[in-house]
Amino acid sequence: MTTVGVDASGGAGTPAPPDGGEPVVSVRGLVKRYGDVEAVAGIDFDVMPGETFGFLGPNGAGKSTTINMLCTLVKPSGGSATVASHDVVARRHQVRRNIGLVFQDTTLDSYLTAERNLLFHAELYGVPKAVVGDRIRQVLDMVGLWERRGSLVRTFSGGMQRRLEIARGLLHSPRVLFLDEPTVGLDPQTRSSIWDYINELKRREDITIFLTTHYMDEAEHCDRIAIIDNGRIVVLDSPDVLKASVGKDRVQLHTADDSAAIEALKQRFDIAAAIREGAVTFAVASGEQFVPRLFAELGVPIRSVSVARPSLDDVFMSYTGTTIRDAEASSTDQMRAFVAAFRGRR
Amino acid sequence: MAVQPAVTTPTVVGVRVPEGGLRQDLRAVKVVWQRELIRFVSDRARIFTALLQPVLFLFVLGTGLSALASGGSGGVNLRTFMFPGVLSMALLFTAAFSAGSIVWDREFGFLREMLVAPVRRGAIVIGKCLGGATVAAGQGVVFLTLAGLVDVPYSPVLMITLVAELLLLAFTLTAFGLMAAARIRSMQSFMAIVQMFLLPMFFLSGALYPLSNLPTWLRALTRIDPLTYAVDPMRRAVFAHLAIPAAAQRLLNPGVTWFGWRVPTLVELGLVLVMGLVMLGIAMAEFSRAE
Repeated sequence: MTTVGVDASGGAGTPAPPDGGEPVVSVRGLVKRYGDVEAVAGIDFDVMPGETFGFLGPNGAGKSTTINMLCTLVKPSGGSATVASHDVVARRHQVRRNIGLVFQDTTLDSYLTAERNLLFHAELYGVPKAVVGDRIRQVLDMVGLWERRGSLVRTFSGGMQRRLEIARGLLHSPRVLFLDEPTVGLDPQTRSSIWDYINELKRREDITIFLTTHYMDEAEHCDRIAIIDNGRIVVLDSPDVLKASVGKDRVQLHTADDSAAIEALKQRFDIAAAIREGAVTFAVASGEQFVPRLFAELGVPIRSVSVARPSLDDVFMSYTGTTIRDAEASSTDQMRAFVAAFRGRR
Repeated sequence: MAVQPAVTTPTVVGVRVPEGGLRQDLRAVKVVWQRELIRFVSDRARIFTALLQPVLFLFVLGTGLSALASGGSGGVNLRTFMFPGVLSMALLFTAAFSAGSIVWDREFGFLREMLVAPVRRGAIVIGKCLGGATVAAGQGVVFLTLAGLVDVPYSPVLMITLVAELLLLAFTLTAFGLMAAARIRSMQSFMAIVQMFLLPMFFLSGALYPLSNLPTWLRALTRIDPLTYAVDPMRRAVFAHLAIPAAAQRLLNPGVTWFGWRVPTLVELGLVLVMGLVMLGIAMAEFSRAE
């Protein structure tokens, strides 16, 4: 494996992972280039056994490319990565035996029954015949689909299909389960039920989970998250530490005259506020203590006020200078430019 | 007796995925093959619609043309003559499109499930090829049951010979389809490309006309058509079980000749097998190479 110079300014450094022995996933200076575009621009991190590790970032940030490299589906252009102590390039087979995968798009055979899909997987992964039946029952129970095992997959709802894929990914007892956007395209209720199942499987199985998401609220389920933007890890830590690092609370006001309120905030408190989600919004160090002063000194009638601890949205914003939605919009633009450039070259 | 708590503590069934190897690859071949069969059997409409075309050729076209051809067929029923050719047609499309299901698998994502498994990709391709071949040969066997309607006898030797030859042809056609599917990303282009090859192959194979008394250009083309070498052995087998005057034999069943040398059946079948193996090899290399 050739070593590739890691752009030191790119990463925010790798904070020491929690204790727990050998990392299950270890990534050093990983790079993937498509032509002139660096989809992944030199990233480093370790995932420890039993951890739920999240990759958070807008679409096109390099999350799926990273997962595909770790799953041996895409060859890295530089750097190295090991999964379950096996190099993802030199020992592909060993890596594949130790991982379970749930892709963004379904990879079930919808013309087979749920049970047939699992049997197919068991055979393909060489699950010993003596345990296949018990194991299938166990994983189907875990995702609440045992009763539906004889139904064709095409009769399943999107959420059921995703649950079946999670069950299938677990069937051969992998050491790491990779979930690429496990809840994308599902309605909020189904999304939260998928998370119930994921949390349940963490309780039952000795497993490490590596997931990608662009939903902030889902990143909360992770022990640690790496925020990835433009192919680089911007920051990596636990959700609580990340939120604490932002340090400011978010205050939202409904007033009789919003523009006057914004003006008054600027004049009297030197605070830059703006309308967000239909309310006057701004950030201050300790929101609760600020509210009494606000009522006393603002001079504009206040109808309601809310103070919120920083969310991961705020974290994302403070590290990347943009909201995740805006980042997605601009990455779509970049992708269009890339496609146009690619077409032009041909 | 101690009362068990109502909550059952789940004991995780431990699974150790074995080291890869030949046994593992064979298991993969088998399960991929099995999936093709399950999907074929559960799709009964497909079995019957695939039969429609050869039935039309044999009974409608065959009957219609026999009025014209009665003088030239030496007293042999034209439909009897056409039977081996139409039999090969019965599996032509089924085999190619069974192979094409790998393009569907790619479009609908299932191919990914197979390609990330800890088995050699060659094993997946072989399973797919054997599965497609079995399905297509099965289709041929269904058509074979109509033999009596066109005076082809249900002799056990003939039937076994024909089924064996069907299997071989189905294997080679599926391998051809897989080779084409390796590079093609959409079902539409797969259909278009396969049709482009299959129809000329069918028309040039002598499935519908005897290989005797052809103009030189057509004779040359029939000799380079791989399907010729599969249709001829089947026709020989059928004609060997019919009482036909020698003159009609020479006219209708002249066999394939290379510069005056009549190519023996085993060489013909060997050619079909080698072509199938080469195309399967190419397909395996293509799928193993892809990221």
